[in-house]
Amino acid sequence: MKTMELSPVRAFILLVVAVGGLVLAVDGSGNGYYQTFTALTLINVMLAVSLTMTNGFTGMFSLGHPAFMTMGAYVALLFTYPVGRKGFAMPALPDIIAQVHLPLPLAALVGGVIAALAGWLIGRLMVHLQTHYLAVATLGLIIVVQTFALNLDGITRGGRGITGVPREATLSMIGICTVLVIILCWRIKHASLGRAMLAVRENEMAARCFGIDAFRLKLLAFVLGAGIAGFCGALLPHVVSVMSPKSFGLILAFNLIAIIVVGGQGSIVGAILAAVFISVGSESLRRVEETTGVYGVTQVIVAVALISFLLVRPKGLFGLKEPFIRTS
Amino acid sequence: MSDYLIQQIVNGLSLGSLYALVAIGFSLIYGVIRLVNFAHGDLMMIGAYMTFGLVASGVVPWVALPLLVVAGGFAAGGLIERVAFRSITGAPMITGFIVTLSASIAIQNLALIFLGSQPRNFNFPEVFRMRLSLGGADVALIDLVIPVVTLLCALALTTFIRKTRVGIAIRAVAENPFAAQLMGISIGRLVFLVFAVGGALAALAGLFWSGKYGQINPLMGFLPGLKAFLATIIGGVGSLPGAIVGGYILGFSEIAFVGFLPSEYSGYRDAFVFGLLILILLVRPQGLFGESEQERA
Repeated sequence: MKTMELSPVRAFILLVVAVGGLVLAVDGSGNGYYQTFTALTLINVMLAVSLTMTNGFTGMFSLGHPAFMTMGAYVALLFTYPVGRKGFAMPALPDIIAQVHLPLPLAALVGGVIAALAGWLIGRLMVHLQTHYLAVATLGLIIVVQTFALNLDGITRGGRGITGVPREATLSMIGICTVLVIILCWRIKHASLGRAMLAVRENEMAARCFGIDAFRLKLLAFVLGAGIAGFCGALLPHVVSVMSPKSFGLILAFNLIAIIVVGGQGSIVGAILAAVFISVGSESLRRVEETTGVYGVTQVIVAVALISFLLVRPKGLFGLKEPFIRTS
Repeated sequence: MSDYLIQQIVNGLSLGSLYALVAIGFSLIYGVIRLVNFAHGDLMMIGAYMTFGLVASGVVPWVALPLLVVAGGFAAGGLIERVAFRSITGAPMITGFIVTLSASIAIQNLALIFLGSQPRNFNFPEVFRMRLSLGGADVALIDLVIPVVTLLCALALTTFIRKTRVGIAIRAVAENPFAAQLMGISIGRLVFLVFAVGGALAALAGLFWSGKYGQINPLMGFLPGLKAFLATIIGGVGSLPGAIVGGYILGFSEIAFVGFLPSEYSGYRDAFVFGLLILILLVRPQGLFGESEQERA
């Protein structure tokens, strides 16, 4: 096994080459279907890696990613939706925002920051809740956010959803973001910050006895996760061109949990591999669903596979480890 | 009293009863094996579809309908425990939790596949659809039947838990599973029983739900399931009277929110309910009747 291990620098070069090559190849192919699918997969990777930081590093159990994605998406749409159509589609928008148009990267950043701010406010209240209480509270958060998105129809168009969103999210931009998110989480995990988070996860009481501020670290992981989720949520409508209050819900929360459980809670490489695997798997199953007309099979298979996986390998593929990369 | 007020009180009672019925099972299961069962709400959906099938078949006399649905819910609850949860006994809490979430997703999607995604409308037998006048208010009979049956069930179950040997065993396991096992109590059987009883009550709630609203769909169980969890938190997780009182508190506050605030707020009903959940978890995580546990907050 030793020969297979790469130094972190080489692994980083490999990551850049792999993502860069993929982006260039798919972009060059000109095939819209593959472009969309690759974009969605890369966004899934970002979501999974950020959730493995929020949940895996600190031992929390948040299902709240879709809530922050919804916030990020609607905030970004305020700035990227064509100015000419805003007055018609979003009548309740204040004039100051209605006149502004931002390029997507900037708008997505605003969405991410707003989501992170919301994550900070909510996290301050929530991060001390233990496992299933946090899970249920964050599930509740998804429903609260969805309800607001549904009812604030002067800005969100409510249940009708916002259609005709410009497809501004280029594959190269998403590729760059993916690499940045992975590096950020990797650096955090292998710095003293991440080690302190892992200490909290293993034994919060002991970590606190060492002077680690568990609350602050959990909050930080929660806020960073919320920010990245908000950013990803902001990108998604600009890939698929539509956004509705139900776009990001329970199913997404569950699939993200499935990804990080399969990858191993806390393993970044595991999260990346599992995200790619589950994205490819569920996309192929989705095509089966479409040809046979039997919808729902994918989710049943993911759910059953997850239960069986938990029975055989409760720690996921890699546990906390980072396979193929030398970490010490 | 104005008839509007009476109407709202009856609505609150019947909605609260539905939450209470689901919450009792939730609370029992949590009390015995410390498992938050996300799939519990879906048993309500199963009960509703059983009702639908039995009514549509047209051969079942209406008196036998509730009995068959309750028996079916008992079987379904037990089956879910055998298939999904038996194998994870002793696993860390987080594993059990993910398994219940997976089971819920699997049940919902199986229902979508086999029962179709279209909501179904159906009419209950005439007897259940009668309306009567109560202090000037026009009230559906079923809205009165629901609380009465719920309270009877709650009373029977509480007596069962307090007085019988099996009930005492359940309380012993809830108190200290290890010591209970040393006393010769078979936890496996109790867990099965608790899931099955919870399933029966949830199926009964499903029958009432379909009778009250006349429309069912494969995803109908999820939100009431979560709300039942909220009800158990209000009352104190693991406490049976707590679950019932919590169900009524939730039912009444939801009806009050919709019935007494200007109508433009009624769309925010679910946001209100789950905002309440978050608030309660922060202020009093042990609930009204629960004992404070270190692990929660």
